[in-house]
Amino acid sequence: MNASVNTVPMRPRRQKNVPVWLRAWNVVVIALLILPVMIVIPMSFSGARNFSFPPKGFSLRWYENFFSSAKWMDSLLASLQVGVLSAVIATVLGTLAAVAIARMSPRFSSLLSSVYMAPMIVPGVIFAVAIYAVFLRWQLTGGLFGFVAAHTMLALPFVITSVSSSLSGYNAGLTTAASSLGAGPVKAFVTVTLPLILPGVVSGFVLAFVTSFDESVVSLFLATPALKTLPVNMYDAIATEIDPTVSAAATLVILVTTIVVVLAQVLPGRKKRK
Amino acid sequence: MTTQILSIPDSSKSRVRTGAASVGGLALPALLALGVFFVYPLALIVWLSFTSPEVGLGHYISLFTDGVTVTVMLRTLAVGLIVGLATLVIGYPYAYSMTVVSPGWRTVMMTMVMLPFWVNIIARTFAWFILENRGGLIDQLFQAFGIEGVVLLNTWGGVAVAMVQVMLPFMVLPLYNQMSTIDRGLLRAAASLGAKPAASFAKVYFPLSLTGVMSGFSLVFVVTLGFYITPALLGSPDQALLSQIIATRVQRLLDFPGAGAAGMLLLVVTLVILGVLNWIVRRANPLMKKGSA
Amino acid sequence: MTQKLDHGQAISVQNVTMHYPSAPSPALDDVSLEVQPGEFMSFLGPSGSGKTTLLSLIAGFVNPSAGTVSIGGKPIDGLKPHRRNLGVVFQSYLLFPHMTVFENVAYPLRQRKLQKEEIREKVTRALGLVQLDAYSDRLPKELSGGQQQRVAFARAIVFDPRALLMDEPLGALDKNLRGEMQRELARIHRELGMTFVFVTHDQEEALVLSDRIAVFNHGGIEQVGTPEQLYYRPATLFVARFLGDSNVFTGNVDPAAGAFVSPAGTILLTEEETSRTDGNVLIVRPEALTISPDNTAAPGKLPATVREIVFTGANVTVYMDFADGTPGIAKLAAAEAAAVRVGQAVSVAWERTRQHLIHERAAI
Repeated sequence: MNASVNTVPMRPRRQKNVPVWLRAWNVVVIALLILPVMIVIPMSFSGARNFSFPPKGFSLRWYENFFSSAKWMDSLLASLQVGVLSAVIATVLGTLAAVAIARMSPRFSSLLSSVYMAPMIVPGVIFAVAIYAVFLRWQLTGGLFGFVAAHTMLALPFVITSVSSSLSGYNAGLTTAASSLGAGPVKAFVTVTLPLILPGVVSGFVLAFVTSFDESVVSLFLATPALKTLPVNMYDAIATEIDPTVSAAATLVILVTTIVVVLAQVLPGRKKRK
Repeated sequence: MTTQILSIPDSSKSRVRTGAASVGGLALPALLALGVFFVYPLALIVWLSFTSPEVGLGHYISLFTDGVTVTVMLRTLAVGLIVGLATLVIGYPYAYSMTVVSPGWRTVMMTMVMLPFWVNIIARTFAWFILENRGGLIDQLFQAFGIEGVVLLNTWGGVAVAMVQVMLPFMVLPLYNQMSTIDRGLLRAAASLGAKPAASFAKVYFPLSLTGVMSGFSLVFVVTLGFYITPALLGSPDQALLSQIIATRVQRLLDFPGAGAAGMLLLVVTLVILGVLNWIVRRANPLMKKGSA
Repeated sequence: MTQKLDHGQAISVQNVTMHYPSAPSPALDDVSLEVQPGEFMSFLGPSGSGKTTLLSLIAGFVNPSAGTVSIGGKPIDGLKPHRRNLGVVFQSYLLFPHMTVFENVAYPLRQRKLQKEEIREKVTRALGLVQLDAYSDRLPKELSGGQQQRVAFARAIVFDPRALLMDEPLGALDKNLRGEMQRELARIHRELGMTFVFVTHDQEEALVLSDRIAVFNHGGIEQVGTPEQLYYRPATLFVARFLGDSNVFTGNVDPAAGAFVSPAGTILLTEEETSRTDGNVLIVRPEALTISPDNTAAPGKLPATVREIVFTGANVTVYMDFADGTPGIAKLAAAEAAAVRVGQAVSVAWERTRQHLIHERAAI
């Protein structure tokens, strides 16, 4: 029995209303979605020196290789540094921007939102080429500043979206109340607004970090032997060097990202219990 | 209206008193940063594409006359189309299921869809590299059926296959969002009027989901057109997509003006396709004619 | 105990006009008003009359298009809200949800950088004043509406503001609680001696609480006066109608006859009233009427037909129609109303001193 018995989605229904073929299809799709993870992680424990799958033998050598290699560790450090710096700057700029948007008249706010969202719409390779052109002239390639600037641009839309979402649930009257009680605009923001929109700010920060940490396209262009982020090394390991260490790197990247995301979900809950 | 100033301070009322100056001050740092590190670079290469080494449409004309770019553009469009259709076929039932399962399962299914956003694109592409390689799982699979030499690596077909997996979330999410607003009571009404399940799907449900289909397809198509990492790692220079051309122009030749022109081509084609898709949807779906949604 | 500090300051509003960008007519049109030090002044009027706008203006949340606002004789235009040192109680309370009751009330003191001990002392006193001492560690969401309202109040007075502005603070409470809170408010006002400005649309509330009332209508003030002045000597028909029930007769003064000629009948005037030849509306409060069951028409006695009789406990309200269809209301003690029946033809009279003649400029 297919369509007719089912009700509007909101009511919790048992799984048995879903026909068998559909359930099977969903399983296949889920398998497809988690496929990369299921391949990369086992590969990182492969004993063989090639890219054959399923991996033959079990070994931790790729992890040893990763952690003992200056090249890989430097890039890991670089990615973490750039990630944290970009996240911090994007969060500060983005939070201010989101507050500005929330206070503006609708005409201006939608215009401003579109401007801020632009980095998400422009194809990565075009932005990468453009910023490479500019950074070559300003000699900012292969440097921390350049990476952070570029990554911040890409992270900004995520922060703005996240903070705006929190702000939409914020009662602007509270700011008015604070001002009537003697708090200037900055004080009112810090003592009243910020604590109440903190979930959005925190999740914006996390998204910004993940965006920067995983960022590959722009990083490929901006990288020089002096400074390479982790994805750049991973790219080279696949494209030119055929270095199986990349599977260990990939697994670690997935691990770091997952931990950061999970922590961001769990920690705010902890705070409330205080 | 006036009682609302103190009683119900909604944000539009606080806008009345917030001076333009103070709001602008907040927006300024981000705007400045965007201006310098985003708008200016893009403007620069567009400018260069029209003016370097000499003013004119030289770069644009050569895009069409160099014998390569047009093929690449067509190939890229083909990949976009294939990936869009494939993700649609694969993702549609999945998105539909999400609207009918229990909330618990829905969360699981949603998490699975969001998962790729946490997984580095290079890691994901690497997995396909392994699968599509000579002797990889795909090759082994076809060998089991007696078909030799299915090496998808370094072919644009292989790129398309991998892109389907990468783009799946971009299709499922808009589809699900729109589908969850469809009142399924309509299907029961159709059944009570004598429609067989297949007919009620074709005549009732699918047309209602068309907006979601179109936004999902548009999103997948547009993102695929501009995608770089996966084509760069899995494809090859002689079966290149437009993003690879743009990249190699810069990396090999430092040809920023040419890359700028190719980038503009990509953007223009993207906008045109989006416009066409929008137009098709408006024509096909009477509900959309009033400019709703 | 609570001492009377110097927070009975006067508020002066001079020729204030407020234009909102998208509105066709001004929210406030050349309004002037003086609030005396330490008095309990109510801004009374229907929605959109401008009363809340004026409060916002005094608080500094909006700036006037024209005019000046002064407190204690000093102009405060251009001063941002956080510098005005005025307490505000909002209709939706606007307690900070992430702070406890104590922290909410302590907030303005922290902004003024008081010492911890002094803060503790003042907060405890303020909470004691509103009888919420035991709740200082609760979060706002754990409190009832009435309790939240009292916390909002405590927060607004804890820093000894120059005056207290309240925007329909009792609006969300149920009838019993409202009555209780009104008595509390009156008590606290007496104890503190602070200038109170109270916005409400409830005329009963205004009459009960205020030293003086300013009645607002369409961006202007119709009348400012004590409750008695407004009730017995309304300056306009709007004020008469807004406060309590009225019997309204339109007509003209006939100086020769010393009477007010109206379609409902001829009404005798006092000497003073006769001299005001421009009088065109005569108002009589229901309690002033006496009803006799005879139907004679004579100067000073108006014939009417009883339409409805409503028993309200201590009194009886009689609704009737005068000869020309003008509706009338009389409030009688139960004994007086004993002889009156529905549909009966009666005659209505009252003492001349209890009527009020005005010249109404607005279209009647």
